[in-house]
Amino acid sequence: MATETTSPQREERAPQHPTGLTPEEIEAVGREFQALHDEVFADLGERDAQYIRNIIRLQRNLALGGRLMLLFSIFPPAWLAGTATLSLAKILENMEIGHNVMHGQWDWMNDPDINSSTWDWDTASTAEAWKHSHNYIHHTFTNIRGKDKDLGYEIMRIDPEQPWHPVYLLQPIYNLALMAFFEWGVAVHDMDIEAIRAGEKGWKAVWTDLKGIAGKMRAQVVKDYIGWPLLSGVSAPTTLAANFTANIVRNVWAHSIIFCGHFPDQCHTFSEEECEDETLGETYVRQLIGAANIDGSPLFHVLSGNLGWQVEHHLYPDIPSTRYGEIGPRVREICERYGLPYNTGPLWQQLAMVHRTILRLAFPGGGPRAKPGPFKHEDYPNRRVAAADGDGHAG
Amino acid sequence: MRRLARATRPLASPFELDDYLEQMNPLWSTRELRGRIERVDRETADAVTVTIRPGHDWPGHDPGQFVRIGFDINGVRHWRAYSLTSDPDRQDGYISITVKTVNEGKVSPFLAQEAGPGTIVTLSDVEGEYVLSHPPPEKLLFISAGSGVTPIMSMLRHLERGQALVDVVHLHSAKDEDDVIFGEQLRGMAERYEGFRLHEQHTREMGRMGPDDLDDLCADWRERVVYLSGPAGLIDALEEHWEEHGDKSLLNIERFQIKLGTGENGEGGTILFKASDWQAEADGETPILVAGEEQGLELPYGCREGICHTCVGELCSGRVRDLRTGGVYGSEGEMIRTCISAPEGEVEINL
Repeated sequence: MATETTSPQREERAPQHPTGLTPEEIEAVGREFQALHDEVFADLGERDAQYIRNIIRLQRNLALGGRLMLLFSIFPPAWLAGTATLSLAKILENMEIGHNVMHGQWDWMNDPDINSSTWDWDTASTAEAWKHSHNYIHHTFTNIRGKDKDLGYEIMRIDPEQPWHPVYLLQPIYNLALMAFFEWGVAVHDMDIEAIRAGEKGWKAVWTDLKGIAGKMRAQVVKDYIGWPLLSGVSAPTTLAANFTANIVRNVWAHSIIFCGHFPDQCHTFSEEECEDETLGETYVRQLIGAANIDGSPLFHVLSGNLGWQVEHHLYPDIPSTRYGEIGPRVREICERYGLPYNTGPLWQQLAMVHRTILRLAFPGGGPRAKPGPFKHEDYPNRRVAAADGDGHAG
Repeated sequence: MRRLARATRPLASPFELDDYLEQMNPLWSTRELRGRIERVDRETADAVTVTIRPGHDWPGHDPGQFVRIGFDINGVRHWRAYSLTSDPDRQDGYISITVKTVNEGKVSPFLAQEAGPGTIVTLSDVEGEYVLSHPPPEKLLFISAGSGVTPIMSMLRHLERGQALVDVVHLHSAKDEDDVIFGEQLRGMAERYEGFRLHEQHTREMGRMGPDDLDDLCADWRERVVYLSGPAGLIDALEEHWEEHGDKSLLNIERFQIKLGTGENGEGGTILFKASDWQAEADGETPILVAGEEQGLELPYGCREGICHTCVGELCSGRVRDLRTGGVYGSEGEMIRTCISAPEGEVEINL
């Protein structure tokens, strides 16, 4: 609809918004997204509270069950079942529980035990540092080049607009290491290396961060690599291996899901100038087209912390995760009505795009990939990436 | 249990043994004291008594004290403070509160209609200076109106158990006979003990009880240790009476309603919520909590009348005005209750 009109305001506004919407349309979209947020918030209640309490109970049972099985990890079936159960527990704890609780999604319950200010998680990042780098920096400046430090995590070239450096030749290799030890990568990333290098961050703050990470490291080593192995007696070596495996499994899964959030081809990035004096509507639209979903079953969504609903999560980081799937149709309806894209794709496709980009952009050059056009419900969920601008794939 | 929790912490980090135990039985939590509602009994047409089995860490209470209880209603925890009505040494270890239903309220309709055996609640601090001295005074006078009888009931039950209802007068005011909370139990006590005299002032027929009635209702009121509990009007009138005609040191007072805005109002000011990184303006009558909520912040809250301390936040700079008294206070690092404090100029709070 908007793409066919050329109103005077549109011509004045140069450069044109990437979606082709007029400023008025963007504000109207913003109001609709805001109204949907408020509607969901007014409806939160018992069933949401039950959900998070049940997930926490499930996670605790899985963790305890896995640990107990691993006491007998010298027997291969116990090792396998225990490792799988513990991996699952760690994944749930980091993604569906930790990430979402620390976003404040459950703060409305007024329960100090399930609250963003008190929660801590089983990973290398301290809650404090992560909340700053993720909730504040990443969710505020999402996909703004130079400001969103999650765009390539300051160690990878993930967008063709990022200047190339010879070190990026190695990124396909060190990305594999990052995948396996993702939690440590995130912990170091939370420290904001760039700010330290630029001297914006004092040594005292750096020291505090390092002490925090050391504390988390000690806790993990004592629990996973000393305590539980010792309790396992003759099974000590196999339990240690199992715990190590569970940490790696969790890291690889988290890395995969999180990289699919903003790095697939469909996602737009923005320059700082584009986002100056941004209005509410512009912010909503940036969040919308800067993120990409992953199609999947309800089970898949729980295991990915509902980050397969990355679009909904970025529109509404404070809405409880279970609601994302429910409001999906409403978000898509708004997108369709305004001719906005709704980025999504199956896991294999999104992952393939991400890794292709990491490979391609290790080398100099590369251009922007084709972005999807306006969302059409008949294409969902079997939509194809429509070539919006003719020049197609990057060379 | 606490020692075990400490010993196992490294194996459970960043969680604790508690996080696992409370999944099996909420009453086993050592971090937060919980209780299980065992019964809800109708006391009068608009009051229910809720009997709660507290977790094993329950510290006990003195007769007359109140407890903060958190109720999870439609997913949200609401905190209220209620006088304990049970005898502290009750055989089964249960505690009870008696709650008058306020239809516009959140918690009291929940207790009257939805709560039942098995509902889990969170128990917090037991507080209150309004307690029966130990050993109890020889000559006692209780004066109560409406639900003001609740702390006094705990005292009476305690006295009964200790065979100490020897020289006790109780003047209680309610609309009519059926409206007397604990009516049957009080009348039963009056029958069983010669040393306990009960006067019921049924206001619908007899009008209200005031200072002038004292000489008729309890001629030796000047010699008695008095426990007074009820609405502000009654308390104010009697307090004045004791000041002028009696010995005020014998008077113990429990005020239920905390009146906001009775003090002087200030000009208000700007509040910087440091942790939320948000700013709000408030006039001299708006509590900091409300000003923040109006900005869409999720701030901790409880009773909203300055009792429960759930809403406290660290004052980083500036001063605030206590909306109940009008007094201006606050220094850097002080924990202030946001529900009863308005900013006095620019303030910074770590919430």
